[in-house]
Amino acid sequence: MEYVIEMLGIRKQFGDFVANDNITLQLKKGEIHALLGENGAGKSTLMNVLFGLYQPEAGTIRVHGKDVKITDPNVANKLGIGMVHQHFMLVENFTVTENIILGSEPTKMGTINIKDASKRVQELSEKYSLNVDANAKIEDISVGMQQRVEILKTLYRGAEILIFDEPTASLTPQEITELIQIMKRLIEEGKSIILITHKLKEIMEVSDRVTVIRKGQGIGTVITSETNPTELAELMVGRQVVFKTEKKDPNPTDTVLQIESLTVADNRDVDKVKGLNLTVRAGEIVGIAGIDGNGQSELIEAITGLRKVKSGKISLNGKDITGLKPRKITESGVGHIPQDRHKHGLVLDFPIGHNIALQTYYKAPISKSGVIDYKKVNEIARKIIEEYDVRSGEGEMSIARSLSGGNQQKAIIGREINRNPDLLIAALPTRGLDVGAIEFIHKRLIEQRDKGKAVLLISFELDEVMNVSDRIAVIHDGTIIDTVKPQETTEQELGLLMAGQSLHGKEKVGGENE
Amino acid sequence: MSKRLVNILVPLISILLGLIIGAIVMAISGFSPVEGYVALWNGIFMDTYTMGETVRQITPYVFAGLAVAFAFRTGLFNIGVEGQLIMGWLAAAYVGFKFDLPTVIHLPLALIAAAVAGALWAFIPGLLKAKLQVHEVIVTIMMNYTALHVANSLIGTLSGGDERTPKVQETASLRSSFFESLTDYSRMHWGFVVALIAVLVMWFILEKTTRGYELKAVGFNKHASQYAGMNVNKNIILAMVISGAFAGLGGAMEALGTFENMSKLHGFTGIGFDGIAVALLGANQPFGVLLGAILFGSLKNGGLNMPSEAGVPTEIVNIVIALIIFFVASGYIIRVVLERFGKQRKEEK
Repeated sequence: MEYVIEMLGIRKQFGDFVANDNITLQLKKGEIHALLGENGAGKSTLMNVLFGLYQPEAGTIRVHGKDVKITDPNVANKLGIGMVHQHFMLVENFTVTENIILGSEPTKMGTINIKDASKRVQELSEKYSLNVDANAKIEDISVGMQQRVEILKTLYRGAEILIFDEPTASLTPQEITELIQIMKRLIEEGKSIILITHKLKEIMEVSDRVTVIRKGQGIGTVITSETNPTELAELMVGRQVVFKTEKKDPNPTDTVLQIESLTVADNRDVDKVKGLNLTVRAGEIVGIAGIDGNGQSELIEAITGLRKVKSGKISLNGKDITGLKPRKITESGVGHIPQDRHKHGLVLDFPIGHNIALQTYYKAPISKSGVIDYKKVNEIARKIIEEYDVRSGEGEMSIARSLSGGNQQKAIIGREINRNPDLLIAALPTRGLDVGAIEFIHKRLIEQRDKGKAVLLISFELDEVMNVSDRIAVIHDGTIIDTVKPQETTEQELGLLMAGQSLHGKEKVGGENE
Repeated sequence: MSKRLVNILVPLISILLGLIIGAIVMAISGFSPVEGYVALWNGIFMDTYTMGETVRQITPYVFAGLAVAFAFRTGLFNIGVEGQLIMGWLAAAYVGFKFDLPTVIHLPLALIAAAVAGALWAFIPGLLKAKLQVHEVIVTIMMNYTALHVANSLIGTLSGGDERTPKVQETASLRSSFFESLTDYSRMHWGFVVALIAVLVMWFILEKTTRGYELKAVGFNKHASQYAGMNVNKNIILAMVISGAFAGLGGAMEALGTFENMSKLHGFTGIGFDGIAVALLGANQPFGVLLGAILFGSLKNGGLNMPSEAGVPTEIVNIVIALIIFFVASGYIIRVVLERFGKQRKEEK
């Protein structure tokens, strides 16, 4: 079998840090080859070597059996290697075509020949059924569509080998399904694909073979059809991984959070939460399942006091907290792991220690008569960092921005749980994290439940909701359409509910089964 | 190369490079660089008089730099330091000549009046930013012009149609016979002590207080601050007000020290705008601002001597000064070169 790309014994070093050591990856023509590894295992480094952004210290790269030296991305492009970046590199207020030709604009008598380019883009889009409008502006199209523009960009430049870097990280479930179709179509047309990911489910679904790397070391290559997710996870993490989080039966007691006919509007004054009812009791985890945009964000913001409540009532431990200031709500016993940890969870330019004080900086023992005791801040931070296994270069003094996503999230969770709240709201707590970190976070949530705390989990991942929750409240169009027990339902059933179909024949509005 | 050594070398090399390029500019324009730099040196250090004048020149730069740096650290861009300084100048001059009070009350009162005037002038853009999301850069720029013309008009009214306000009472003056005798009757005044205190105050607010933590958090990420229960709008206004108070005090240095009155201004003093450069030179750190102001003020004052002693025209002097500042500000480039140089040496070993 002929290999289109061979990376043999690649070693890449940054100072004393070995990012890649003796990694071998061989891509066959017409296959989808997954590159699997935890965050920080060295996947991106390896691909940047292939793409010419880094020069390896050792090892050879062969393209179609010939030794090559890829000195910069232009060389990679000429060799037919294209990269679909995780963070799209698109100019928001340019059209699709303008973005695609950026950097190699076709000219006609000194002016850009946008017409022909646009025609070619449209043809390519149709050939691979990408369904992209060549003249649409980037800011007007969805994230999934923007990704297809990135794909088109590589195809336009004649790529035969496409590298997808964490392509599903920012996509909705539907968009993921579509992307998988697109990838299969590309293979049919004779392209070869390297898929960088840490999501086992996608690998099992789409790839032909998998190369696993762990802590910069090449672990080996396996054939997908001859392996299973458990084995892959073990190869990736280097130890056994529990998917089904172990937990005792719940023992729910008093009502902690009670929401009654809550209505909340978004910024454009459109009602997003419509007469919603929900109860969370001490000692249980209630999972909110639903498709993004059905009122989840507005619901959390209303509970935490960040958004005005139009009507209805929210009470905590029997006390009315509707319309209180965020700080008052926090102080009455609400902990909150926000949906967007960079925007809302952390001050990225602060050291991680200062971030851990973000909710308590103004109170004793940290603050005394208006002066902060930073020694105390760091002392508390060190304790949380140790307890929650937050890994960083310089401990509590590391700037939050420099930590990996998983470690940032662990710091946030540590901060919130350390305040010992009665209600813990966890919004998409494992988004973008690898298997090890997900496992850790799920354990902590269940631990809180077992301590008799109420936990409200909001997630778009059905696996997570099914795994962690004791009850699942399905949200659709701003109301809880039904509440089910995870052991009494299936993903299909939840999918139907999330799409707004009632299981009992008639549509229910605002009714929560109690 | 050790980090410490690099930190010391970078500013030194920057200044040296600035001097070299400045010398080339002077040589090309047909003036002797050696004579020019001797004149610059003499303009800073020649005798006690020039040294006293240099310190006097540095003082308002410290305040302007602190004002800009404080706003920067809290996520705001205060271009209105110039206007706030003018209002502070006027307020201090007014309180200074209007009241008959003992020094212990009069001098602090005049300083407070200047701080309050500057703070009020900054409060308006702060309020507009917090409540209506009007960008502070636009409002502060416009308020510089308002300040200039309001001050000129008020000077006319207060002095009964004169071009300048009356001299401030001795009880409100920062001048001292001690410094006069020490520096051969230069205009050096107690203001530099106030400036040093202001440096400490800014450091204390930002690095030690709960409020400083909030101000910085809001400056870096207002969404996360809001999540953490902070009042974002209040903090934006407060940041502007504190910044404006520093600027106002800078005006008081002119009112109570350098000039002991306020004359109608034909244009901006430039101190407020130079404050932006001072803040950047000092990396927005209080002690850095102090060093930045010393460099800036010294060059400005020394440059005054270059036309008379070396015959270098003012325009060339300004180019030379700008070049030195430019190289100090672009210290990053030198840092990169130094680090690469250090790496190569290591590899050769």
